[in-house]
Amino acid sequence: MDLKDLYRDVILDHNKRPRNFGVLAVPPAHEARGANPLCGDTLRVWVQLDGELVTDVKFEGKGCAISVASASLMTEAAIGHTRAEVQAQFERVHNVFTHHDAPLDPALGKLAALAGVRDFPARVKCASLAWHTLNAALAAADADQPAATPPTVQTE
Amino acid sequence: MAGHTGVAVTASTAANAQPFSAAEVAALRADFPILHQQVNGKPLAYLDNGASAQHPRSVIDAEADYYRHDHSNIHRGVHTLSQRATDAFEAARHKLQRFINARSEREVILTRGTTESINLIAQAWGRSFLQPGDEILVSRLEHHANLVPWQIVACQTGAVVRPIPITLDGEVDFQGFLDLLTPRTRVLALSHVSNSLGTINPIEKFIAVARERGILTVIDGAQAVPHMAVDVQALGCDFYAFSGHKLFGPTGTGVLYGREALLEAMPPWMGGGDMILEVRFEGTTFNTLPHKFEAGTPNIAGFIGLGAAVDYVQRIGLARIAATEEALLHYATAQLLAVPGLRIIGTAPHKAAVISFVVDGIHPHDLGTILDQEGVAVRTGHHCAMPVMEFFDVPATARASFAFYNTPAEIDQLVGALQHARELFC
Repeated sequence: MDLKDLYRDVILDHNKRPRNFGVLAVPPAHEARGANPLCGDTLRVWVQLDGELVTDVKFEGKGCAISVASASLMTEAAIGHTRAEVQAQFERVHNVFTHHDAPLDPALGKLAALAGVRDFPARVKCASLAWHTLNAALAAADADQPAATPPTVQTE
Repeated sequence: MAGHTGVAVTASTAANAQPFSAAEVAALRADFPILHQQVNGKPLAYLDNGASAQHPRSVIDAEADYYRHDHSNIHRGVHTLSQRATDAFEAARHKLQRFINARSEREVILTRGTTESINLIAQAWGRSFLQPGDEILVSRLEHHANLVPWQIVACQTGAVVRPIPITLDGEVDFQGFLDLLTPRTRVLALSHVSNSLGTINPIEKFIAVARERGILTVIDGAQAVPHMAVDVQALGCDFYAFSGHKLFGPTGTGVLYGREALLEAMPPWMGGGDMILEVRFEGTTFNTLPHKFEAGTPNIAGFIGLGAAVDYVQRIGLARIAATEEALLHYATAQLLAVPGLRIIGTAPHKAAVISFVVDGIHPHDLGTILDQEGVAVRTGHHCAMPVMEFFDVPATARASFAFYNTPAEIDQLVGALQHARELFC
């Protein structure tokens, strides 16, 4: 295992300069919170929808390079796509995290940079937290969750 | 080897104990089979002793020999194996009683660990004697194991948990404690040594004040007993809890020392076998101390192993262990402070060999992974002390915690790995 497989330049760059770092007003946006109780990392993800289209995603939180870069890459991968496309991308990413030898789907694009975590099982949760939190924010949109009680996702 | 010898020994260690020489450390390391391995192609530098210490061969052998020759259930059968198992188990209790200088074996309750020991006090004592509005003072430095059980019993009884502040260098604030005392203060929950920062708290003066006022004193000694001689009678505390696995013994073993009069006044916590004298549907008579608090079959092999661990540390000497670790602490502190961007969290005047730190621009979890690739095992995270992390406004820290078998070369390996992390990130 090479550390550079985990800490690729794309990851280091998104850690240092996270894209779409900030908040969105709720409503009209929907929010979910993510927490990794093991390490104390916390994350907030906001998603703005126009019908089926994800028009904006922002995130805030404290976390390691892997979790920050994963969240940052995720916002780029989601904005401007339909919910169905975001869901398909979630499944591709999830597959990368959970299947050690699965070939990398070319549709992952830049997200393939996250594949390095597969060799570091203790760090998979760091990379997946943002994605589960985005899913929860989208679910909150469906449930029309009151703004005062955003759902909270915990990695296990 | 700079700083390894000739370091002034502070009052926390016996006045004239010398650190082990490099040759002595090498000989002691030979007692620990696990230390001699490569991790990720590098020699293992095990600097996570605060989470769990490693086991000398004598401990591993004591457990294995017990299973090979003597295993049976205890306090039950009249057959030979049961008698042997009972004798070996009670011999371990006797060693533990002498180790902490309890007055008698009746004051030494064997548990699964510090966590169970403190839950036992909170439930058996707290639920019987706490009243609505009573105040439980818990230091902000505590491991969650000496905080959450008090929150639970506070909910059950209507008592209130109040945090004792800590100082900027990471010591429990004595004046802050005095300021919190009221006629309703009933319990003081305090760690002897902080697991997250390594602070050695001056618990004697807290205990003295609490005793004068009849406040129950509950000391979490998990991080203290492996590093210094502890005399519960000299400390004068009501309860003292610790774990076997931080003392080079097996996991799933722990001790609760309690003053006999208090233990007598407390109802049992868990019911079952071994804690009874006579059971009828009309009513049950409980066993005498210490068995009243030991329901069910315990970790017999584990305690026999823990007895061997106590023999081991007493043979090599706690004073010399403390002197050796103090030298490691001084050397590691100096070396780490030379790493650019590194900040040590917890700078109390008296510390055990524990260093919590953060490095600018690198999250502790990334540090943990990078260090592991260099063969260096440290703990990263909140160390089950989230209020401490909140106080210092850090999400987590990396923590190097040393044992007498660690070497200056391992500290150099840690520093080299940190430089590597900086090259990658900064």
